[in-house]
Amino acid sequence: MENIYEVMTYDEKIAFSLRSLYAQNGYNKYRMSKFEEYDLYVKNKDFLVSGNVITFTDTDGRLMALKPDVTLSIIKNSKDNPNELMKVYYNEHVYRVSKGTHSFKEIMQAGVECLGKVDNGVIASVLDLAKASLNKVSSSCALEISNLGIVEAVLDACGFTKSEKREIVVALGEKNEQLIKEHCLRKELSASLTDTVTKLVSVYGNCDKVLPLLDCFAISSECEKEIQSLRAIIATMKNTDGVIIDFSVTGDMRYYNGISFKGFVEGVPVSVLSGGQYDKLMAKMGRKSGAIGFAVYLDELDRSEGR
Amino acid sequence: MKMLNVALPKGRLGEKVYAMFEKAGYECPSIKENNRKLIFENKEKGVRYFWVKPSDVAIYVERGAADIGVAGKDILLEYKPDVYEILDLNIGKCSMAVAAKKGFTDDRNRTLRVATKFANIAKDYYVSQGRDIDIIHLNGSIEIAPILGLSDVIVDIVETGTTLKENDLEVVEKFVPISARLIANKANFKFKSEMIEDVKAKLLEQTENL
Repeated sequence: MENIYEVMTYDEKIAFSLRSLYAQNGYNKYRMSKFEEYDLYVKNKDFLVSGNVITFTDTDGRLMALKPDVTLSIIKNSKDNPNELMKVYYNEHVYRVSKGTHSFKEIMQAGVECLGKVDNGVIASVLDLAKASLNKVSSSCALEISNLGIVEAVLDACGFTKSEKREIVVALGEKNEQLIKEHCLRKELSASLTDTVTKLVSVYGNCDKVLPLLDCFAISSECEKEIQSLRAIIATMKNTDGVIIDFSVTGDMRYYNGISFKGFVEGVPVSVLSGGQYDKLMAKMGRKSGAIGFAVYLDELDRSEGR
Repeated sequence: MKMLNVALPKGRLGEKVYAMFEKAGYECPSIKENNRKLIFENKEKGVRYFWVKPSDVAIYVERGAADIGVAGKDILLEYKPDVYEILDLNIGKCSMAVAAKKGFTDDRNRTLRVATKFANIAKDYYVSQGRDIDIIHLNGSIEIAPILGLSDVIVDIVETGTTLKENDLEVVEKFVPISARLIANKANFKFKSEMIEDVKAKLLEQTENL
């Protein structure tokens, strides 16, 4: 038995240590079937990382799919109870189109989901757990946090339409300050509002640096509410070492709201962890509960320097 | 000391860009030696330069082999790499344009045949126009496609328009301004943000004086 650890691959070791971390933090293992009815993904196609899904017809004629995503299955199979908190973790294969080869790839993914009564305390604990997950991979890591609520409130206060907001969010994700300025110019915003919107790109960094600067976004009562919420969450976190506040962490605002985050480890050129609140997806699926979760992409860890 | 890896596009644009980096205090004298080396570094300044094919700069940066690089907006629009686009350097300016034989009029009853190197940019443009098109993907000498009847129009980069004129073509519409952009790998940015911000600030000063 002692030799088992020695023969494990790097991904397996990380996967087991993450499972242990999540179990220690009160999360229950969530097992799911390999397949889901294709219908689930058709209705929520834009939520998927890649829109393509491997499908097949089951023996009873139903069109089935190999899971491209875990979150949708967990929501579908869970009870809607806004007064309780369900905490689960998973370790599953998903099937997505790889950007490089344009062909399907099996990806090992571990992660957690909290569904139900999600308050600031729960959000802070999920962020702490995300950071602890990164620390399991490498001591040189960064957790980047944004509050989509602040971004949306600032853009709403400036009167941007839905399609304009979508374009600005894309530019924000690219840290493209000049393109954002062009949008503001087209909208004929005042110099002060243009400055506020472009600061969504330039205001970033560790919590001690950024938290005092957030007041520059307080241009409406909604903005103030969201700023307070972010401050309260960060204050509740147990450890903010290596935590960066950066509004360029964006997400599709049709599904995500509030806190959104990504994790990076030195030596890996892409994010290895991604998560956030998805109350809007829950509402689209007829749920009243709140939700937050994250996934760790184990296949990306091959090149981490902690290896 | 961490090294900042910079992918530069080979050619005239790359030389202009290197001159900007040099002026910004990130010089690497060995780059000016006349040899076939493609990688140069100045350990003292903490910078390493690679000369790569212009269309590959975005790949080097997206995949993290380079922390930052300089790529044309045309490449970024065509391949949509997942990178930060942190600065418009205001050099290498030109336009993405539709061009056709002199006197061409678009017959909307027929599918428009478009020859281009930039299939995604052409597709996006004509989708926005609600125009049904057929893409003919070519890798060079795009200008001869309408002359030989291979296509009705071309979508290509136009700088002065001289090549078009010499081939009896004219610009129908310029639809995207193109220039060189400073791009950064999203993950590496987290671990080298101070160096990258310093480069950005010093290059920004120079672009404002252009």
